Amino acid sequence: MIENIREAFDGIRSHKLRSCLTMLGIIIGIASLIAISSTIMGTNEQIKENLIGSGNNTVTIQLYQGDYPFESEYSTLPEYVPILGTEILDQISKVPQIAKASAYYSRNAYGIIWDGSNGLSQGTIYGVDNNYLSVYGYVIRAGRNFVDTDFSQYRKVILIDKQVSESLFLGEDPIGKTVEISGEPYEVIGEFTQSTEFSPVISSIEDYYTYHTTTGGKVLIPYTTWPVLFKYDDVFSFVIQATGTDDMTTAGKRAEDILNATITNESTTVKYKSKNLLEQAKELQELSGATNRQLILVACISLLVGGIGVMNIMLVSVTERTPEIGLKKALGARKRKISAQFLIEAGVLTCIGGILGVVVGVGLAYVISKVSSVPIFISGYIVTATVIFSFIIGMFFGAVPAVQASRLNPIDALRRE
Amino acid sequence: MLIELKHIEKDYGQGEQKVPVLHDINFCMEQGEYIAIMGPSGSGKSTLMNIIGYLDMPTRGAYLFDGEDNSRAGDARMALVRNERIGFVFQSFHLLSQRRAWENVALPLMYGGVPKRERRKRAEEALSLVGLEDRMNFYPYQLSGGQCQRVAISRAIATRPRLLLADEPTGALDSKSGQQIMDIFDELHHSGMSIIMITHERAVAERAKRILYIYDGKLSGGENE
Repeated sequence: MIENIREAFDGIRSHKLRSCLTMLGIIIGIASLIAISSTIMGTNEQIKENLIGSGNNTVTIQLYQGDYPFESEYSTLPEYVPILGTEILDQISKVPQIAKASAYYSRNAYGIIWDGSNGLSQGTIYGVDNNYLSVYGYVIRAGRNFVDTDFSQYRKVILIDKQVSESLFLGEDPIGKTVEISGEPYEVIGEFTQSTEFSPVISSIEDYYTYHTTTGGKVLIPYTTWPVLFKYDDVFSFVIQATGTDDMTTAGKRAEDILNATITNESTTVKYKSKNLLEQAKELQELSGATNRQLILVACISLLVGGIGVMNIMLVSVTERTPEIGLKKALGARKRKISAQFLIEAGVLTCIGGILGVVVGVGLAYVISKVSSVPIFISGYIVTATVIFSFIIGMFFGAVPAVQASRLNPIDALRRE
Repeated sequence: MLIELKHIEKDYGQGEQKVPVLHDINFCMEQGEYIAIMGPSGSGKSTLMNIIGYLDMPTRGAYLFDGEDNSRAGDARMALVRNERIGFVFQSFHLLSQRRAWENVALPLMYGGVPKRERRKRAEEALSLVGLEDRMNFYPYQLSGGQCQRVAISRAIATRPRLLLADEPTGALDSKSGQQIMDIFDELHHSGMSIIMITHERAVAERAKRILYIYDGKLSGGENE
């Protein structure tokens, strides 16, 4: 065996240029496979990271009308959809896949929050219960959190995040300041922030749509104050924290079912729907997977062409080395020995081609990630698999030349000089 | 009796195109004999040598080597017989150019399953028999034609075969190198090696103890000198 591999290297070394050209097809095929797969895997890894970082395993459940969130600012709530109280949370929290649950109201904060003449031009205002911060993993950075009396006495107090703080107070300490919401004075009692700083890496428009909600500015008021502010009862949205990333979809569905059970009209399109990052991320993955599958197909075709190139060269090599084969046969080499020699030579050739292809492919992947800022992930498993795959290609396409070599008649082989 | 050919015939081709090459060849060779086979080109001498060397199968007749008939035994068996019992020397040496001298000599030992460590030792012994022990690590392109043929001879005898088959061993050499090669064959003959040499040079053939002539596929002569 070692002898055979040595012989294979002898054969390759004695025809350097030809061997390189033979390997070229394999190199290109493997390189493109590696480059494509590392970009796919990089994108997937990125999605996973973004999910774990920004999602905190949360699933939001909102009332939808058809495919769009129900907008209570503009439509009247149908009578068969009851206004739920926070009691429903007890039921939701009992679902084993749900760790924490919170109910909240939300509206666009645009144009209703002012500090003197300085207004908030983006962001969302939320009426929240006291679980809201912990479900999202927020912590109070300065000032204080809501306390029970804030809820029971309908206090006009707000919590804001850094983004709101900066756009309203331009870097000044916001704690204790008063802002105007719909003409009423509200006191800023605290500023909250993510317990762990994380900003998702946004590299495409789809990524932006998936993650941008978590990066908008937030203004929180006690949910009990909400009807005071907006003058009528809104319908709750809910956010739950699943016990694990894999449980997100199940947890969302279970909570959905509990909430939809309260809607008395079964044929309506007004329904609670859960939305989680995992599902959206899966859609993203499928989207990138579909285009990349075609690229992989193209890479495989180029590998096939490379394999045919190997076969072609090996056939030439058999013809060229006929005297050598004849001599070896005369000296007592059996058919099996001769065919093994050519098979191994083809295998070694494509294996080297595969390794070079991996090197080129990794380089190519780095270039791609630099140029188009697509993340890459190089998996040892894929690298090993492609090298083994190229070896198999060599064996497969080396089979015909190897059999041809082993069938040579030693006399004819020796006579040809 | 080392080898015995009984009514050996060989045809090439099939049906209408059938060309008979050897007609009713009969001859015997004792252990330790030195035989030269002479004949013009196209006379069938190479075919005869191929049959004796198990490189080709006779169409009819029996070929006994040590009393056994393996002449139609199939690839694996014939390869084994070639490896164990026969040493070949060719006109054009047939050395592997990427291999050192000793590695060329060790090649048939590898096919014979000799352990790696022993191969080098035996290759060295075989090379010293032809006076090339100091050229062990040379590549064929670093050796003269005569030296190449001596490497080829040591490759042929490294497996300690029963029979040495030489096909025009001096054909590609100048007369001085040819002389040296013939001297080596003489020495091998004196040490008991059985040799069959094919040649068309009378001077070379006359070194043998017995000359056979082949014309149009028919063997004649067989007179001892």
